[in-house]
Amino acid sequence: MVLVLAIGDLHIPNRAPDLPAKFKSMLVPGKIQHIICTGNLCIKEVHDYLKSLCPSLHITRGEYDEDSRYPETKTITIGQFKLGLCHGHQVVPWGDLDSLAMLQRQLDVDILVSGHTHQFKAYKHEAGVVINPGSATSAYSSITYDVNPSFVLMDIDGLRVVVYVYELIDGEVKVDKIDFKKTSTPAI
Amino acid sequence: MISDGVEDEEKWLTAGIAGLQQNAFYMHRALDSNNIKDALKYSAQMLSELRTSRLSPHKYYELYMRAFDELRKLEIFFKEESRRSCSIIELYELVQHAGNILPRLYLLCTVGSVYIKSKEAPAKDILKDLVEMCRGIQHPLRGLFLRSYLSQVSRDKLPDIGSEYEGDENTVMDAVEFVLQNFTEMNKLWVRMQHQNKGPKKRTDLNHFGIGQFWHAIGLSGLLGPAREKEKREKERNELRDLVGKNLHVLSQIEGIDLELYRDVVLPRILEQVVNCKDDLAQYYLMDCVIQVFPDEYHLQTLETLLGACPQLQPSVDIRTVLSGLMERLSNYAASSVEVLPEFVQVEAFAKLNNAIGQVIEAQPDMPVFGAVTLYSSLLTFTLHVHPDRLDYVDQILGACVSKLSGKGTLEGKATKQIVAFLSAPLEKYSDIDIALKLSNYPLVLEYLDDRTNKVMSNVIIQSIMKNKTHISTADKVGALFELIKGLIKDLDSGGDDEMDEDDFKEEQNFVARLVQMLYNDDPEEMLKIICTVKKHIMTGGPKRLPFTIPPLIYNALKLVRRVQSQDENASEETTASATPKKIFQILNQTIEVLSTVPVPDLALRLYLECAEAANDCDLEPVAYEFFTQAYILYEEEISDSKAQVTALYLIIGTLQRMHTFGVENRDTLTHKATGYSAKLLKKPDQCRAVYACSHLFWVEDQDGIKDGERVLLCLKRALRIANAAQQMANVTKGSSGSVTLFIEILNKYLYFFEKGNTQITVASIQGLIELVTTEMQSDTATSDPAADAFFSSTIRYIQSQKAKGGSTAEKFEPIKV
Repeated sequence: MVLVLAIGDLHIPNRAPDLPAKFKSMLVPGKIQHIICTGNLCIKEVHDYLKSLCPSLHITRGEYDEDSRYPETKTITIGQFKLGLCHGHQVVPWGDLDSLAMLQRQLDVDILVSGHTHQFKAYKHEAGVVINPGSATSAYSSITYDVNPSFVLMDIDGLRVVVYVYELIDGEVKVDKIDFKKTSTPAI
Repeated sequence: MISDGVEDEEKWLTAGIAGLQQNAFYMHRALDSNNIKDALKYSAQMLSELRTSRLSPHKYYELYMRAFDELRKLEIFFKEESRRSCSIIELYELVQHAGNILPRLYLLCTVGSVYIKSKEAPAKDILKDLVEMCRGIQHPLRGLFLRSYLSQVSRDKLPDIGSEYEGDENTVMDAVEFVLQNFTEMNKLWVRMQHQNKGPKKRTDLNHFGIGQFWHAIGLSGLLGPAREKEKREKERNELRDLVGKNLHVLSQIEGIDLELYRDVVLPRILEQVVNCKDDLAQYYLMDCVIQVFPDEYHLQTLETLLGACPQLQPSVDIRTVLSGLMERLSNYAASSVEVLPEFVQVEAFAKLNNAIGQVIEAQPDMPVFGAVTLYSSLLTFTLHVHPDRLDYVDQILGACVSKLSGKGTLEGKATKQIVAFLSAPLEKYSDIDIALKLSNYPLVLEYLDDRTNKVMSNVIIQSIMKNKTHISTADKVGALFELIKGLIKDLDSGGDDEMDEDDFKEEQNFVARLVQMLYNDDPEEMLKIICTVKKHIMTGGPKRLPFTIPPLIYNALKLVRRVQSQDENASEETTASATPKKIFQILNQTIEVLSTVPVPDLALRLYLECAEAANDCDLEPVAYEFFTQAYILYEEEISDSKAQVTALYLIIGTLQRMHTFGVENRDTLTHKATGYSAKLLKKPDQCRAVYACSHLFWVEDQDGIKDGERVLLCLKRALRIANAAQQMANVTKGSSGSVTLFIEILNKYLYFFEKGNTQITVASIQGLIELVTTEMQSDTATSDPAADAFFSSTIRYIQSQKAKGGSTAEKFEPIKV
């Protein structure tokens, strides 16, 4: 059982002052094995904070990130799953699932995590899963109106991944979950 | 000399203890055989050891304790009448035959204790007798210990209320009198120690003969210089102070002392002694003692008397600490229970303390600034605890501080730390910054801080707001707040600003950015005013600060646009409100323009695009077009770094793709430009990708979105040509064909549009691409590229899965052969 936190688009300090207090109290060090971050943190303090939660931190570059050294895309293998990470502003049209599927094929990953739209999505198709953890601070987005703060926690266990989405609605944290099972890797 | 002295002292102490123990042994032997006379003889000899002048207080105490133990045993013997073989009154007489006065008095006290217990005479008479007779010892050290002994043995025998010694003849007053007298005498002795041995003139002749040892023998250190002398004296006095203070402690334990008695008798007598002794060490210690041992309710009720003594004390007494201690106690008292608060109001505690402090400060014009601030700090803490709702009191204190500070110029060192603590107190107490903003003197105090401390304070203020998550809700408050924190907002006048560490500067400005997020009001008009106020302030920040402070403001404004937008749709056209999207966009445009002075074209470009999208949502075509124009100008003129260009271009394409408000002409112009930029990127692969991204500009899935299949295909074909050119270049320059990834990407785009129903994309063209890729991958000059292989495989899998879907999709994909 490997816990992976998918989080991003915090836009601190330009669009949001800080993570919601309820999220902060839930995210404690030592419980999560990996953090994958879609980008747009934007400042070093946020990077350090995430690093303190878990040393295995993977970040891709968002268009507002202060640190320009983050890569445009990243692939990570966790257990039986290959995960792909990309902020998403590079994939036009923004938020379009078919275009994201193309990126997924290109990176050859089972799970693609991307952001930019600030809207939570978890979408399954034959080749795999596309996840958007939304914005953890419900930062302003020109694309999506009225977002709630959200992040995603994936529990990877063998060939199965359970995706938990945590959303802050009206001051309460609501959790939803989606199950995905991977078919064994097809031959090339 | 001095070390000799210490060693000698040890010797004398050891000798003293030995003598004491030896006599004690004989005394006990005599007691065992009920031989009173001998017992008294030996006990007197034993007590003679206490007549020494050679020991320092510390060592004398050791000797004293042993004597004390022995006297306890003696007392037990005396108690048992049968063993005594004489009455207590006779015993009382007998002990007075001892040769030397000191042993005589110790024995008297011991017997006196038994006497009182026997109740054969009124307690008060015996106590009075004893306390008077102790006057016989005027030597400070010996006298103090003797009276201390008296205090110890009499403690449980005072005629207090409810005690067995109370009666018609013995009252609480008697107990009080006794303790007060003992206290007074002990204090006099204690003070005298300071002036003892100021080199008595008549002995200097002995000094001339170099008999320094003689001096030491008598325990006088006249050979030391006056300063060291004083220091030594003070140290010794400090070791003894608790002996004196004990009396006050005893007084506080007497249950019969009620408020009246305390107020009318006890306190005035104590204070009289304190003031009259004119000794700073004693005064400081005793004032503190009084404050600590007596209950807080009493202090409240006698506040005037207590404070009245303060100006009468020696100027060298650290009255600040005393007053601070008092205020702290009263603060804690107030904090302990809500019910006591009315008392404070009733005795006008605040006014009295304020006056007292004022008097003290006036009386000591040379008091250093940080000292005055400490006093005001304590008063402030007191006020915040006791009268948290009296903002006028708090403001008064701030005002008094300002007057004290005026004319001192900027401060430094300890003073600044104190002032920061002073100013932070109200922030901590009142979690709503609004309240602190109401204190008119608050900003005035800030004026006196140097730049660096000003910034520190500003940070404290912002942190307080962040911690309490307060939302500042009116333009006026925002203005006041930004005035307060102006140290962060702009360069302050005093030049020679020490260069700030870059990281620290960033952190500081990021803080300001976060602060901007905390400004909010439901009413759009007020929110707009807030935005304008903030804009006015941050514009003074200079190019270094603008990149940090402008973005958060922009987003605040965009959020406002969204709020107003929905209202706008409902409201009629003739609204007189000034918070309209149009107005806000004007402000946005002006604000982003200022960034060109820095310059930060990448940031400005992004902000223009965000505004364009917001304008799009409001259906304001000309406004959106204007924003795009600005963004394009920046792209053409200011952004020259290749990597930056690629990112900027994707943002342009992505934003443009979502625009629905543009008419055909405008859209064409912008699209044409975008594709042009794409083809002109430096690296061929970048060109290729940007061009096929542009294909989406001609196909929007929305209902009335544009779906121009031909132009899509044109883009894709153009991308293909560029990919080909890239391949050829690779062949020529590297001798091997480059990666086929670009072709596979384009293939995927073909499939995308094919699936969406673009009739211009034929099966043949797709088939052609598939073959092209396969050929390239199998060619001799092909470089092995596992990523490309995997990409191609997953693409093929995708086609197969589409075929397997059934229905119209399967039909569409059926002809494609893989």
